[in-house]
Amino acid sequence: MSVQNLDIGTQYAEKYGFHDPEKYVFKAKPGLSKEIVEEISWMKGEPDWMRQQRLRALEIFFKKPMPLWGNTEMLNSIAFNEIYYYLKATEKQESSWEEVPEQIKRTFDKLGIPEAERKFLAGVTAQYESEVVYHSIREDLAKIGVIFTDMDTGLKEHPELVKEYFGTVIPAADNKFSALNSAVWSGGSFIWVPPGVKVEIPLQAYFRINAEKMGQFERTLIICEEGASVHYIEGCTAPIYSNNSLHSAVVELIAKKGAKIRYTTIQNWSTNVYNLVTKRALAHEQASVEWIDGNLGSRLTMKYPSVYMVGPEAHGEVLSVAFAGKGQHQDAGAKMVHLAPNTSSTILSKSISKDGGRATYRGLVKVEKGAENVKCNVRCDALLLDEQSRSDTYPLMQINEKKVQIGHEATVSKVGDEQLFYLRSRGLTEQEAVTLIVKGFFEPFAKVLPMEYAVELNRLIALEMEGSLG
Amino acid sequence: MKKEVLKIQNLHAEVEGKEILKGVNLVIHAGEIHAIMGPNGSGKSTLSNVLMGHPHYKITQGEILFKGESLLSLKPEERAKKGLFLAFQYPTSVPGVNMISFLRTMLKNARGTEISVRDFRKLLEEKMLLLEMDKSFAQRYLNDGFSGGEKKRSEILQMALLNPEMAVLDETDSGLDIDALKTVCEGIKKIFTPENSLLIITHYQRMLNYIKPDFVHVLADGKMVKSGGSELALELEEKGYDLVLTP
Repeated sequence: MSVQNLDIGTQYAEKYGFHDPEKYVFKAKPGLSKEIVEEISWMKGEPDWMRQQRLRALEIFFKKPMPLWGNTEMLNSIAFNEIYYYLKATEKQESSWEEVPEQIKRTFDKLGIPEAERKFLAGVTAQYESEVVYHSIREDLAKIGVIFTDMDTGLKEHPELVKEYFGTVIPAADNKFSALNSAVWSGGSFIWVPPGVKVEIPLQAYFRINAEKMGQFERTLIICEEGASVHYIEGCTAPIYSNNSLHSAVVELIAKKGAKIRYTTIQNWSTNVYNLVTKRALAHEQASVEWIDGNLGSRLTMKYPSVYMVGPEAHGEVLSVAFAGKGQHQDAGAKMVHLAPNTSSTILSKSISKDGGRATYRGLVKVEKGAENVKCNVRCDALLLDEQSRSDTYPLMQINEKKVQIGHEATVSKVGDEQLFYLRSRGLTEQEAVTLIVKGFFEPFAKVLPMEYAVELNRLIALEMEGSLG
Repeated sequence: MKKEVLKIQNLHAEVEGKEILKGVNLVIHAGEIHAIMGPNGSGKSTLSNVLMGHPHYKITQGEILFKGESLLSLKPEERAKKGLFLAFQYPTSVPGVNMISFLRTMLKNARGTEISVRDFRKLLEEKMLLLEMDKSFAQRYLNDGFSGGEKKRSEILQMALLNPEMAVLDETDSGLDIDALKTVCEGIKKIFTPENSLLIITHYQRMLNYIKPDFVHVLADGKMVKSGGSELALELEEKGYDLVLTP
């Protein structure tokens, strides 16, 4: 089969690799030190407790060794001292689209943000570099008491809420990269939904890295009070650069009794980005949390969205897809931790590897003693597009309770010659046929996305599949 | 004189080094219906795959001319665009790919021009009505979870949409019950025009009760061993292959 000759992302640079010349108000020195962290906190005018918390986190980061699992070779090649840990592109937050500087606007134009806004956006926080420059929230949202802002503003305007929840789901000491994020975080979203309020329209944010050797460490915290619900969407595209870039976000979700949170991500980092993200949710009694997670691009992604079901009848769900092309390793998965009875969870993971790319499913299902009548269903499907590509599955189960129903199913398949011949006999070229099969494989994921994201995903897949056939 | 649509000359083909077709000859003119019958393992399915350009098969000798032009160097998709169609014996499924979007892509590729969603819908509904297919069919995934009969109907629906000059039906009757066979055959008859040609490949005579062939050929051990009119099919049905083929 000559599919292996497909050239991944030949047109990536011109379609997504656009970038503006760097022009920053403030750019910290590269490298990481106590001084840098102090400087970040001072620049932001933070309360002292946050400054202290950052400094403690930095110590933890320095002390913690690199993970000894996963793609250690790639992990150990990250040059932490060459990374910029803080940038501020414009001095103040822009309150309306008209006020956003022209150059930054052009970048957003290319990303289709104004167009998306015209559709049905509730609010947009577009993260340009480390600071949120554009933020709008629809009036009716504010009227019903929903807080949707960037994390820095959240800290300024709602310090008591932030202090109460920040770092409670993912403490700095959780892992080396959550420690790093806790020390140097900047931007991200802060959302608070009052009891009983159901936010009907998805809240969206666009993230984008635009500086060479720049780390991006956004921090997102979503709190959904009793009986409330919200759908948050983040989508990323990043320009191409020759030097390695680090993206290490922390996302904490708290769904209180009967609350419902869906968190949708489509990431398309350029293939030099290390994407090391910690995402975790607490689901209280009868709460439901869904992670919809699409990973395209990046050099190495390590991401395992998790749900800790702490109250009875809580529900957790992860639906993730990963696309690993040449030189890429998508190490993704999910963790479901059942700490209460009658909790249920499902994991559906789908990965595609191509041109020697590597996709890993790494999952954990844990049931604590006493968490009776837990139901959990795990399914991993891997599709290999050529002989050079690789797929591994590491499903870990720690079940300490007998009265449970756990299902696990894993499949690895290849694009079949008969499938290709069938589609080609209907006039599709080999590449069109493979693209169609790939889109079909991702369909269970695409169909839960809002229309515009599904369209974007299909466009990204087609782009990834483009290339010359031998 | 009628136009030669398909001309197969001394065709030899092998798969994994084993010769299956050992010198097949056949000429089909515009508007003609031919049937190739033969026992299992005679090379019937190989012939249909080779005509469509399956990459697993290697042609070692001979020629296939379609409308006077050699097909041998053409890819399957190029053959499709020239107006050749193969209804598969075992159509593969493509999970996650919606029938309706697949059919539109197929039509767009075959025609080389866009077709508006509205025009396409109209065309599709018309053809589905012809084949007595339920509307919900178009919303399902391509052949995914289809019954044997549904798969065959899906093949004929594709044929109806493409309206190919030459269609090869590879054991379309297999896996169909009497009622389904009748519907499918009636559908084929409705879409067949004097400009189209048909090559029906089958093991049994029963499909030929509905679609009467102009010529019947018997393929055995990779060669055409006997040709005749539609009465040959009846004779085969009555006496069996062994008797007819024994000299």
